[in-house]
Amino acid sequence: MSELLQFLLSGVTVGAVYALVALGFTIIYNASDVVNFAQGEFVMLGGMITVMTYLAGAPLPLAALVAVVATAALGVAMNKLAIEPARGAPVVSLVIITIGVSIFIRGAAQLVFGKQIHTFPAFSGDDPIRIMGATILPQSLWVIAGSVAVFIGLWLFFTRTLLGRAVLATSNNRLAAQLVGINTPFVMTLSFAMSAGIGALAGVLVTPITMTSYDVGLAFALKGFAAAMLGGMGNPKGALVGGFLLGVLEGLTAGYISSQYKDAAAFIVILAVLFFMPQGLFGSKSTDRV
Amino acid sequence: MKTFLTTTALIALALPALAEIRIGASISATGPAAFLGDPQHKTLEMLVEDLNAKGGINGEQIVLVAYDDGGDPNKARTFATRLVEDDEVVAIIGGTTTGTTMSILAVTEEAQIPFISLAGAIDIVKPVKPFTFKTPHTDRMACQKIFEDMQKNGITRIGMISGTDGFGASMQAQCKDVAPDYGIEIIADETYDPKDADMTAQLTKIKGTEGVQAILNPGFGQGPSIVTRNVRQLAIDLPFYQSHGVASDGFIELAGAEAAEGVRLPGTALLVAGLLAADDPQKPVVDAYKAMFEAKTGTPVSTFGGYAHDAFLILTDAMARAGSTEPAAVRDAIEATAGLAGTTGIYTFSPEDHLGLDLSAFRMLEIQGGKWTLVE
Repeated sequence: MSELLQFLLSGVTVGAVYALVALGFTIIYNASDVVNFAQGEFVMLGGMITVMTYLAGAPLPLAALVAVVATAALGVAMNKLAIEPARGAPVVSLVIITIGVSIFIRGAAQLVFGKQIHTFPAFSGDDPIRIMGATILPQSLWVIAGSVAVFIGLWLFFTRTLLGRAVLATSNNRLAAQLVGINTPFVMTLSFAMSAGIGALAGVLVTPITMTSYDVGLAFALKGFAAAMLGGMGNPKGALVGGFLLGVLEGLTAGYISSQYKDAAAFIVILAVLFFMPQGLFGSKSTDRV
Repeated sequence: MKTFLTTTALIALALPALAEIRIGASISATGPAAFLGDPQHKTLEMLVEDLNAKGGINGEQIVLVAYDDGGDPNKARTFATRLVEDDEVVAIIGGTTTGTTMSILAVTEEAQIPFISLAGAIDIVKPVKPFTFKTPHTDRMACQKIFEDMQKNGITRIGMISGTDGFGASMQAQCKDVAPDYGIEIIADETYDPKDADMTAQLTKIKGTEGVQAILNPGFGQGPSIVTRNVRQLAIDLPFYQSHGVASDGFIELAGAEAAEGVRLPGTALLVAGLLAADDPQKPVVDAYKAMFEAKTGTPVSTFGGYAHDAFLILTDAMARAGSTEPAAVRDAIEATAGLAGTTGIYTFSPEDHLGLDLSAFRMLEIQGGKWTLVE
């Protein structure tokens, strides 16, 4: 019993990381149908900038704030310098541009931050919390709380605010959105800032658990992307559920089958789900009107 | 006037070529193995500069031609070919990873040029290839050293949790291979991906396996730090062994002194420079390298940079004794090296042994109160 619980808690710890990264994908995807593969780099920057600011002597909350704001600014710069100039290009070209940006950021981070692995202290100490014989670290609760908070924020944003609906409208039909008075370039800038900010927040929360170095972004992006696909790309609920589901799957496979097949089992489930539900668990069917 | 200038320029250009020894290097200063290659590259540059300032080898200055292969075996092969054919080097140091080493080795063996590798795998020097040597101890030796220590403590049944990266997988295989020699049975064998965030599931499984007396974690990078934290999180009260892959102060920092308390691993003299006895034969070379590297780069020395230091030491020592840079003569001189104290261990090569180290190169270390201590 306590073993099962530990496998689940291990899965939830990992799943919360995936969910938080997956949530970052949703905004840019909703605004432009582009899957931003530099999202993992935003997570890395969030962790790295926090580490550097913290080492420079700033208190941790301030360092985290600096990291989120700086990364959001970088997101805006990415939109202005790399995405906007290619505005007319098909979505596939834009996705490839984001891969290029991700390689560029990784290379630059290697030069600026060095190649060492870094971490900073967990927010509420390292003493594990015991639940019926199983344990979880307080930092995992921070990550879980962070992903739920971001989820609620995004859900309110997309369903309750005019701006959120403007983002959805832009993705649906950019020309029509412009015709009804939506400032689409602003919507794009905003979506990059928000995505980068959420990515950085993820980096701040997960670094005490996963540690960070210039090259962690790719692994985050891949697992986060898989989680988002599983749940349904663009849907915050899908990102949240997909992330936790993926993590728990990995935890249970490692516990009951073999850790050798952990990743394979998770991806087989993803393939099976996508085979029967190509839009993911919560994805909306896309309808093209002629 | 014009002719005069051209002539001077020509002489100026031609002069260094009269008395210089060209040594080549292909190192993974960037890419996935940068953690290893970066200090190696800095070490070589520093040592060449230092030796030249002291007058070079037998009065000849050294020119280092270094390339960064980024950990890519294809690039390493290209660079090795370029070093041999275009740069006309007399020896090559490098091959940060086993993959890049294998590429370089193919080129240098064909060209019959001495090559000293900085990578771990035993396959590099077994079977012995005429012109290939290596400085790091092998992961097999690390396993042996660990099992020796377990044997002393009466441990016979262990659980292993290994990274799936090259380092972890290779050491996992070697440990499983050599365990029976020490009467050790591996009754739980788990793995994790180097980028995983949590290994409590695997550790819970090991913890739940009947009869486990100790845990061994071959791995590299952040993985072992996370495993160490998870062991503490699950309050697993078993002797816990790490590998030489994390033998650096960075490991204690990342895992946290509290979680790392009591962790044992095989490390080199370089890591515990301050703890060496005054009459330790490795003490002078270890102290000198540590002081020079830390003054030059402002970063702590690593075992990996030490491999490059030893390769350079072995090569220049052999060239000085050979009195020439003719490849076969240098090779013979390296094979005649005996009792040369490096940072990794004391090297004694022979035509049959191109590794030159034995188990004494490893020191069993234990972390106590956030510091390394020697286990006697």
